[in-house]
Amino acid sequence: MNEPITALKQPKTHSRLLGLSKETLLAWYDEMLLSRRFEEKCAQLYQMGQIGGFCHLYNGQEAVATGSIHAGNPDDYVITAYRDHGPAISKGVDPKAIMAELLQKYTGTTKGKGGSMHLFDKQKNFLGGHAIVGAHIPLAAGVAFAIKYRNERKVCFCYMGDGATNIGSFHEALNMASLWKLPVIYVIENNRYGMGTSVERASAVEDLWKKALAYDMRHDVLEGHDVLEVYRAAKAAVEHARKTYEPSLLEIRTYRYRGHSQSDPVHGHYRTKEEVEEERKRDPLTMFSDTLKAEKIINDEYLEIAEKRIKRIVEECVQFAESSPLPPAEELYKDVYFESEE
Amino acid sequence: MSTVSMREALRQAIDEEMARDERVFLMGEEVAQYQGAYKVSQGLLQKYGEKRILDTPIAEAGFAGIGVGAAMVGLRPIVEFMTWNFSLVAYDQIVNNAAKMLSMSGGNFHVPIVFRGPGGAAHNLGATHSQALESIYAHIPGLKVVMPSNCEDAKGLLKTSIRDENPVIFIESEVMYGEKGEIPDGEYTIPLGVGKIRREGKDVTIVSWSKTLAHVTTKAVDQLALEGIDVELIDPRTIKPMDMDLIVESVKKTNRMVIVEEGWPFAGVGAQISHDVMKRAFDYLDAPIERVTQEDVPLPYAHNLELASLPSVEKVVRAVKNVLYVS
Amino acid sequence: MAVAVKMPKLSDTMTEGVILKWLRNEGDKIKQGDIIVEIESDKADMELEAFDTGVLRKIVVPAGGKAPIGSLIAVIGEAGEDISSILQAAPAPAKAEPQRSSSPEPAPRAVSVAAPAPVFPQPVEQPIDGRLKASPLAKRLATEHRLNLQSIPGSGPLGRVIKRDIEAALSGKTSSRSPIAVKPGTTEEVILSPIRKTIAARMAESKQTAPHFYVTIEIDMEPAMAFRTQLNNVFEAKISFTDIIAKGCASALMLHPQVNGTFLGDKVRRHHYVHIGVAVALEDGLVTPIVRNCEQKGIGIINQELRDLVDRARTRKLKPDEYQGATFTISNLGMFGVDEFAAIVNPPESAILAVGAIVEKPVVKNGQIAVGHTMRVTLSSDHRIIDGVIAAKFLQDLKKMIENPASLVSIT
Repeated sequence: MNEPITALKQPKTHSRLLGLSKETLLAWYDEMLLSRRFEEKCAQLYQMGQIGGFCHLYNGQEAVATGSIHAGNPDDYVITAYRDHGPAISKGVDPKAIMAELLQKYTGTTKGKGGSMHLFDKQKNFLGGHAIVGAHIPLAAGVAFAIKYRNERKVCFCYMGDGATNIGSFHEALNMASLWKLPVIYVIENNRYGMGTSVERASAVEDLWKKALAYDMRHDVLEGHDVLEVYRAAKAAVEHARKTYEPSLLEIRTYRYRGHSQSDPVHGHYRTKEEVEEERKRDPLTMFSDTLKAEKIINDEYLEIAEKRIKRIVEECVQFAESSPLPPAEELYKDVYFESEE
Repeated sequence: MSTVSMREALRQAIDEEMARDERVFLMGEEVAQYQGAYKVSQGLLQKYGEKRILDTPIAEAGFAGIGVGAAMVGLRPIVEFMTWNFSLVAYDQIVNNAAKMLSMSGGNFHVPIVFRGPGGAAHNLGATHSQALESIYAHIPGLKVVMPSNCEDAKGLLKTSIRDENPVIFIESEVMYGEKGEIPDGEYTIPLGVGKIRREGKDVTIVSWSKTLAHVTTKAVDQLALEGIDVELIDPRTIKPMDMDLIVESVKKTNRMVIVEEGWPFAGVGAQISHDVMKRAFDYLDAPIERVTQEDVPLPYAHNLELASLPSVEKVVRAVKNVLYVS
Repeated sequence: MAVAVKMPKLSDTMTEGVILKWLRNEGDKIKQGDIIVEIESDKADMELEAFDTGVLRKIVVPAGGKAPIGSLIAVIGEAGEDISSILQAAPAPAKAEPQRSSSPEPAPRAVSVAAPAPVFPQPVEQPIDGRLKASPLAKRLATEHRLNLQSIPGSGPLGRVIKRDIEAALSGKTSSRSPIAVKPGTTEEVILSPIRKTIAARMAESKQTAPHFYVTIEIDMEPAMAFRTQLNNVFEAKISFTDIIAKGCASALMLHPQVNGTFLGDKVRRHHYVHIGVAVALEDGLVTPIVRNCEQKGIGIINQELRDLVDRARTRKLKPDEYQGATFTISNLGMFGVDEFAAIVNPPESAILAVGAIVEKPVVKNGQIAVGHTMRVTLSSDHRIIDGVIAAKFLQDLKKMIENPASLVSIT
């Protein structure tokens, strides 16, 4: 397995929609649209000062989360870095709770104590939300270790940015995951920039999938604008891991429409306006809705209704969050040490 | 009671806990086939197999993180650092992931992990292999720090640490691994956060722990006894949470305290004890609290400089006499 | 519905922004998502999208203008709509939103600290500054045993009073450092306690600035002795001669306010009340607790107060107004058998009465030698404000009052 399984050519998956049901496809479209509008609302709220600290938005990368997470099951684990709103939504974390967490409220996913970069949900097997670049990558291998230790057939999805592929923890974890055969699906969301530094200025190897070769790990590379293509590649990796416990490294080439974070300009600093506009022509939302229209599953009227529906959901999230209380002062001392019941 | 070496006592603890709970496993460099760099895990690979006794590559950040990830979903890893000096490579995983996961996740995920290994100076090992780092772990909320000074405590405390639901920093001493001590027969554990009065006395309280207690402080105490100075010697056993009540009660009795530790002075554990005792027993103090610590320098290689830098019997005796206003 | 366009928070540390360029003009139609303005934050130049669709009705902050985050920079609404309420309501370039109270400074500057000395620095020993040094334990023990910490010499570093000094004081009851006899031919140095230092300074000052003169008078104490016996037959509290003398002084001072004055440099304050300080010996000095308004108080009250004051003086529990503010002082060395002595005036008072012992001696009564009991008192006076005749007249009245103790009982 020394060559990437998929070359960077136009996938021919549309015609068969991969055997997915209409309900599934519509649910995916809703999910991606929700992710987009949710993030747009976050941008607004951040600028109004209601969301504090750092806020990293997923706009443009929706297909990666939706396509890959749904290649797994609800009892598979997901762990990611700090651009985690999109993956959390895809994993089924309640968007109201996410919004409340961003607004520092007690009803948030982590009681207001985590913030944008630390969304967690044990019930949904969403393991965060991590802020130190690359530090979660060994955690994913540890989760996969436990899966194998217990003879389960689950997988752990681990998302990271292109920048994280240069840090020590990435290499240590990939080495051990491959060495010990741990069922992790490593997904590099290569949006071409580690904050403001382009991949070619940060990594000696621009084709990031090649780093898997150093660890003799199964790998793939694909464009991340097509949710169905993402699903296909992820599904193959998941099935391989379930059968053999062997991990995979997927490089998914995607793009973020907003800056690295809300403090970072959309363009002008390190990427041109033209580049952003060019990328926006390949908006995964539009690509997917065009596909669904071409397959006669939806029409423009449906899109308008969906738009309204999602807008209302986002408003509900904001209202819920705004009307929720802040965490009480006593909460400061809770959850520092785990008190066992015995 | 039976007589064992410190490494045997620790091994028994790991063995018993692994037999008792199949979620417990051990990983670290050379713990399996090599039988342990200091032979603490000798024989365990044969007994439990490769699945539960794992040799890791030299990748502290990586395997510490793997331990944390596995603990987040319910396993109970014991991660061995060959020495605590190397833990610094994994400090981010310990501090930012293990210690904070429960709080950051709003109670969603806790991390029942034990990081263990030898710490502190040995002989001629040089600056990077001789560090007593308990204070930089005790400083972090969310961690517990345990440092036994004898075989009985080592076994009992390690068993409790493995059963604890929180990340525990368990610091042993390579210089003590071969020393023999008595341990009770049968199943026993020792609770964390409970110190012990090693010797009752009325003239001065000395607080000390780990190897420094065993090798330096007890000798100083004996010497002082010959001079008619009656020391009350306290071994906190757990550095965090520390049994401050025990120490305060003692100082209220003796009116003076000396802390003897191997760490550096600035923001060391002794600084914390000094403050707490000052605050709680202010009106009982007849002299300022004194500390005997390592000198505020990286530890040199030459043995004579090493000795000059580390706590010594002579330094302890002098400190005790200072607080007694005896020349 | 018109909406306010506010200065956005474009970075975590941003507190205000600068409008670089408006990309649309007033009156232009705006769609949600259109970039309408470029803003400079503390980190980068950012573009702002319109969140609403409408017409750009008003640009409130023009290009080049600065505004804090959250303040109004423009209004989007329908053409012709009344937007005055938005324009008025908005808190123009005033304070930033209270929710996001960032510090007014931009990114914190790194503070450069000089590298510390390589050796762990030892504290420098401070020279003695007259401050009482005692370990917390010593202080507590002194209070518990009612010892005067001021008078216990400290054997700790810098003269610190420590536990063994308290123990020594309790067992030996001496103020010397060693409870055993001094070795002859040797010298020892005793560091001045704070109280000693104060006395030294004040007495020197008094003697050097106030020209003292001394007037002595001898008082027949037999009437006072009988008076005292009578009082003590009736009342439980044991009246002492000091109480009688104090009362006598108080009454005499009311008649001679010049002797009851406070010297203030260019003027004298003559008090028409008498606060009498009574000198009390301590182990290492003396203190004068004060009975205030003696002229109004009966001997019994004076007795009561003095007991309590002397007691507390010895355990160093006096409050400042109980040892400061006397108008006159009495010092009594009679219990040592001293016949008479001359005391030093306590500034800023103007006189002090030194009382000697009551002595049994031959006196002349009705032309015959008889056994009598007399007491000699000496008034030291500050000649800047008291002249010899004044002093003499005061003493004359004092003598009369004490020799006629009924006069000391309150008539009114």
